[in-house]
Amino acid sequence: MTLIAEIVISLLIVAGGFFAFVGSFGLIKLPEIMQRLHAPTKATTLGVGSVLVASMLYFLVIEGIPSIHELVITLFLFLTAPITANFVAKAYIHRRESPKSLPLTNRDAGWATFDPPPDQRTAGEERGTS
Amino acid sequence: MIFYALIFAFAAIGIGLLCNLWRLVQGPTIADRILALDTMVINSIALIILYGVLQGRTVLFEAAILFAMVGFISTVAYCKFVLRGDIIE
Repeated sequence: MTLIAEIVISLLIVAGGFFAFVGSFGLIKLPEIMQRLHAPTKATTLGVGSVLVASMLYFLVIEGIPSIHELVITLFLFLTAPITANFVAKAYIHRRESPKSLPLTNRDAGWATFDPPPDQRTAGEERGTS
Repeated sequence: MIFYALIFAFAAIGIGLLCNLWRLVQGPTIADRILALDTMVINSIALIILYGVLQGRTVLFEAAILFAMVGFISTVAYCKFVLRGDIIE
């Protein structure tokens, strides 16, 4: 039983290190920033997730201490990684593109960094005039 | 067996941190640098967790939680500053 647990924990740790390395290598390998955004936000999150699962199994099975810190960290990282990616993409679009160079959104509002959202547009215009 | 897996993961994440540092220094745009810093924070969290497994103690995981929160907030604050020229409006 302990041997099986050790094998599973070792595989998870090796997979975690491998995926963290793949994510970081993709950050220097891919040519464009919008492609580079994929590597850390997906591969590295998977790597750190499997490391956290391995640590949870290790402390539960081998040491006999149930530990919920890893669960909190996993939840926090998996919630915040998409928000971070969205913010980085918005910052890039805001700095390097203009409303004319971007494709149309086919909605009422334009791109989020240049246009206010539809329900706040009138309020923003009022604030702009006053 | 866990010991050798830990050594492999330490080496892989260390090389990954060096890749991130290269992108942080070389990165052509400011978004590259923000992304490299965020990835460095995530890799550092993995390193802290692996060191805790190596030591067999859970004390270090509090530091990992703090690191995750501070990393997320600093990334969002930096992006917000680039987007709006201000952090809290």
